Amino acid sequence: MDSFILQILNGLDKGSAYALIALGLTLIFGTLGVVNFAHGALFMIGAFCAVTMQRILGLSRTVVDETQTDFLGNPLQMQVPYVQDWFGPVAGAAIQDWAVPLAIFLTIPVMLLVGWGMERGLIKHFYKRPHADQILVTFGLAIVIGEIIKAFYGANPIQTPMPSAFVGTVDLGRYLGLGEGAVAYPTWRLVYFFFSAAIIAAVFAFLQFTTFGMVVRAGMADRETVGMLGIDIDKRFTFMFGLAASVAGLAGMMYAPILSPHYNIGMDFLVLSFVVVVVGGMGSLPGAVLAGFLLGITQSFFSNPAFKGYFVELLRLEGTFAGTVITGLDQIIIYLVAIIILLTRPRGLLGRKGVMED
Amino acid sequence: MTKTTYSRRRVLKTGAVAGTAGLMMPTYLRAAAHEGFTNAPTGDTVTLGFNVPQTGPYAEEGLDELRAQELAVEHLNGMGDGGMMNTFSSKVLDGTGIMGKKVEFVTGDTQTKSDVARASAQSMIQKDGCIMITGGSSSGVAVAVQGLCQEAGVIFMAGLTHSNDTTGKDRKANGFRHFFNGYMSGAALAPVLVNAYGADRRAYHLTADYNWGWTQQESMAASTGALGWETVENVLTPVGAGDFSSYIAPILNSGADTLVLNHYGGDMVNSLTQAVQFGLKDRQVNGKDFKIIVPLYSELMAKGAGSNIEGVFGSMNWNWQLEDEGTKAFVRSFGEKYGFPPSNAAHTCYTQIMLYADAVTRAGSFNPCAVVEALEDYEFDGMGNGPVLYRGADHQCFKDVLVMEGVASPSGNANMVGYDTLRIVEQTPRAQVEYAPDHPMFAGGALGECNPGA
Amino acid sequence: MLGLNSRDFKLLMIVIFMTLAAPILLNPFPVDSALGESFNAGYPALMQRFVIFGLLAVGFNILFGLTGYLSFGHAAFLGVGSYAAVWMFKLLSYNIVPAMLASVIVAALFAVVIGYVCLRRSGIYFSILTLAFAQMSYALAYSVLSPITNGETGLQVYSDDPQVLMRAGDPIVPHLFGLEMNSSVTWNVGGWQFVFQNGYYLSAICMIIGFYISIRIFRSPFGLMLRAIKSNQTRMSYTGMNTKPYMLAAFVISGMYAGVAGGLMSAMDPLTGAERMFWTASGEIVVMAILGGVGTLIGPVLGAGIIKYLENIISKINSDILHNWFAFMPDWMDNLLVNILYPFVGKGWHLTLGVLFMVVVIFLPGGLVQGGQKLGALFSRKSKSSNSDATTAGTANTNTPAE
Repeated sequence: MDSFILQILNGLDKGSAYALIALGLTLIFGTLGVVNFAHGALFMIGAFCAVTMQRILGLSRTVVDETQTDFLGNPLQMQVPYVQDWFGPVAGAAIQDWAVPLAIFLTIPVMLLVGWGMERGLIKHFYKRPHADQILVTFGLAIVIGEIIKAFYGANPIQTPMPSAFVGTVDLGRYLGLGEGAVAYPTWRLVYFFFSAAIIAAVFAFLQFTTFGMVVRAGMADRETVGMLGIDIDKRFTFMFGLAASVAGLAGMMYAPILSPHYNIGMDFLVLSFVVVVVGGMGSLPGAVLAGFLLGITQSFFSNPAFKGYFVELLRLEGTFAGTVITGLDQIIIYLVAIIILLTRPRGLLGRKGVMED
Repeated sequence: MTKTTYSRRRVLKTGAVAGTAGLMMPTYLRAAAHEGFTNAPTGDTVTLGFNVPQTGPYAEEGLDELRAQELAVEHLNGMGDGGMMNTFSSKVLDGTGIMGKKVEFVTGDTQTKSDVARASAQSMIQKDGCIMITGGSSSGVAVAVQGLCQEAGVIFMAGLTHSNDTTGKDRKANGFRHFFNGYMSGAALAPVLVNAYGADRRAYHLTADYNWGWTQQESMAASTGALGWETVENVLTPVGAGDFSSYIAPILNSGADTLVLNHYGGDMVNSLTQAVQFGLKDRQVNGKDFKIIVPLYSELMAKGAGSNIEGVFGSMNWNWQLEDEGTKAFVRSFGEKYGFPPSNAAHTCYTQIMLYADAVTRAGSFNPCAVVEALEDYEFDGMGNGPVLYRGADHQCFKDVLVMEGVASPSGNANMVGYDTLRIVEQTPRAQVEYAPDHPMFAGGALGECNPGA
Repeated sequence: MLGLNSRDFKLLMIVIFMTLAAPILLNPFPVDSALGESFNAGYPALMQRFVIFGLLAVGFNILFGLTGYLSFGHAAFLGVGSYAAVWMFKLLSYNIVPAMLASVIVAALFAVVIGYVCLRRSGIYFSILTLAFAQMSYALAYSVLSPITNGETGLQVYSDDPQVLMRAGDPIVPHLFGLEMNSSVTWNVGGWQFVFQNGYYLSAICMIIGFYISIRIFRSPFGLMLRAIKSNQTRMSYTGMNTKPYMLAAFVISGMYAGVAGGLMSAMDPLTGAERMFWTASGEIVVMAILGGVGTLIGPVLGAGIIKYLENIISKINSDILHNWFAFMPDWMDNLLVNILYPFVGKGWHLTLGVLFMVVVIFLPGGLVQGGQKLGALFSRKSKSSNSDATTAGTANTNTPAE
């Protein structure tokens, strides 16, 4: 039971990352009709905003300490962060400690700017081009963004710790009456889950309850008619692109303490998030969220050796070659589920007819 | 970026001379048959191929290898302070290149993919005329390139490769490994672990699902098992999984009190960080403190994992904090050139080049078979690991192995994270990590005959 | 001639000439010159890659160029083809004939199964299905299928393998009835050096045959049918035509091309790794086709050549080599130029590729072939009439929505 709860929590956590990326992808596809292969890169930019914030707060002046020596025997050069100069050592260190959450002040403007720039500078010219061209140009852009990040930050993963207040675990087992330490879950992952849920809720509320959202929804359904009504849909769509970019960026920023950012995480997430979007059904926002959580939980369960063992036993395949292959199921389960869903539900879980089928 | 001014104008000049001095009459030749071996150096230079990952997950490690390789070439050509050439027990190298031929090099990008690495090595052999290939940061690539070098008839001096297979099942006559391997890690670590944590431990293994991971896990399970530890479960994880949470969660209620992470590079950084986030380090199981072990450490991984490595044991081939003369000389020349200490990947690549140059000089020939003969069962010292034996039976180096422990950074210098956050716990003597060439974990391979190529 | 119209025949002749003379054409600089050290590409291993990936791209073009179905998992067929060939080396002998046959047959069977399933969907759903299959093949080959694939190390021939057809005195490298693939003839002329290798010529001949077959397919009623499906599948169905067999045939042919390419790769170098099937490898095939000009005959070959050139030549240029080039300039200018160029060469070659790719997609939707035509048109000052028969498919493609 306790391990069951843990796997569900893991699935929700993984799923919330998938769902956030898929949500942004679907927003762009639904409003602008553009298939954005650079969306993983936006996630990565968000993660690197956290890294940058950490670097900015860590900017230091060099003090030569004559009493100590470095590994070559030269006087040791100590780094004193400016933040600690200005706010005093204690408050300064606390500010540095909170680099990742503080990065929100960097991420949102950066992502809005990147989104705006991408839409006006590149995507705008691709509205009338075939989907294949959109896929390809954004794929090229993803490569370029990844390489630029690599040129500035190197190829190694960069550790971006969470604030020390969130280090450690929450003992959920105690609240659920399962005994001490039975279900201990990392605090930051819980934070991430609630953060994602809040963002997903906010996006839906925004689209559902504001005039702006109403117009955008109308535009998603029938762009031409809305245009004919004299509404400047283009400007709103540009904003939507920025919004989608921000959602991806925030997802990446908050994920940085869980997965140390490196220049290729965009690509790693891209393929998976596309599978999620397609399984959910192209253009369906609830579908993207649903598929994100579904695939996250499935993957989580199939990673559990006990569960896999049970599965093998159920099929009476112990010791056979097929049994061995099943132990590798966690590596392919997402794709397997995607294939099964696409073959049984032609347009994914909640997809509309005629979208992206020709 | 370092700019080596020596090469610029001079290379241009020698290139022009060589160009005009070429044969004017068309002649038909079988490939390089005239010298008896592939890519026999004919001019006053000799070209080495540095095949390292420059893109992909191990790029930083590859770049550090490249730094050491460039340094080695400088030293061989008589520039800089000579580094470990001064402390090396063999004194035949004199700073005039190799046998009077100036050393030049070409670099290639393996991308840590066997196919790409082989393509890159092939181009080094066929296009650039390399007589020796070295470098690399993964066992799959090492085995693949080693096989290619065997076929082509050039020497392969492996870089960082830790799988038992490189000098076990997949050993080749033309290939040599200075780096240690999974078995040695296990043999060195197990006694230290039992000493520190007691003989009654239940270990849970997370293992990268590929060749290196398996041999590493097998070695760790065997060596700790022999001293009383029980392996509760071994779970294979996909390479590059990123989020390991669903593999870590089942550990919490498995009854295990020790976690062995048979991961490397980015996988290790992520799995260790996440294991710490799940509170494993603060847990109490069976009345004991929960412990995490990372059998294979590297400075760059330690850097990526930051403070999470505190109190985590692992092993290394070499570390810059050693006190012997060779290490001091190497750290000084590397540190002065680049501003930070060398990693153990850098050290192994530097040493391999020196050993190759030395073997050629002692053999008096670039012929791969002569080099193989000179390296086999060769004993040397002064390269940072104490007395070392290059065993002839499987072309594996035998030397002391370091057991390391992660600590808090004493200097507080952000640039030294990974370098001074690892502490040497023990220098395990060579005798303790030795094994027979036909040990079951290494059986099934054959060196074959050395191949001089055409 | 050969059942081709004169324009296609000319194209085929050009391709034949280019491939057969490649060892000379790709080595324009003396071997010891600075330019030769950096830019000569006429060494066997790279030339093999040019033609093998060319063949692969030609095959991919039959699917994507004609039917508009974008397969994002094409590398899987390359992978199974190579595995099949190496297994033949292990079981029978190093003779490449059974190996090549096995790789085509296995790839074809694989393509029938995957094609049958994936072709039930179209558009991006098809792409994701093919991607899913390829990723599954990769993940399994890398891990649990290691008994068959030898995992990360890669499948290779060991001396204790059965090799039942192997007789004493047979070469222990891949060979065609005794003709060793890796032996070559070197021709030294002045400072130039040209290497003619058996393996390269075998691959080149396969590529030429593959190219010829692809021309015939493009010009056949079958090819016309595929294009009709591309322009409007629904309408084709309404005429009572069952489009499925045609699509499947195209998919399988395309898969067989990839199988041949995989078999050739093993014949040139008998080691096969799983990363050959990773999704980025499939992506690379797509990039090749698009870069050169999808739907055109020569485009994919061109694209394959450019990418392999970047990967093998540009990636080896380091800062020392750059400094060499600009050594004649004043130091500040030298440093400036090196600093500008450096991010794009060596380990930054992916950046060059990305930028080049974006430029092509943005400005030349028909690929570099279209660029060549535009240039040609500019010079001959007749912009409209220059669109040749061979490339109408390419230009038509840009107007067809939604692949």
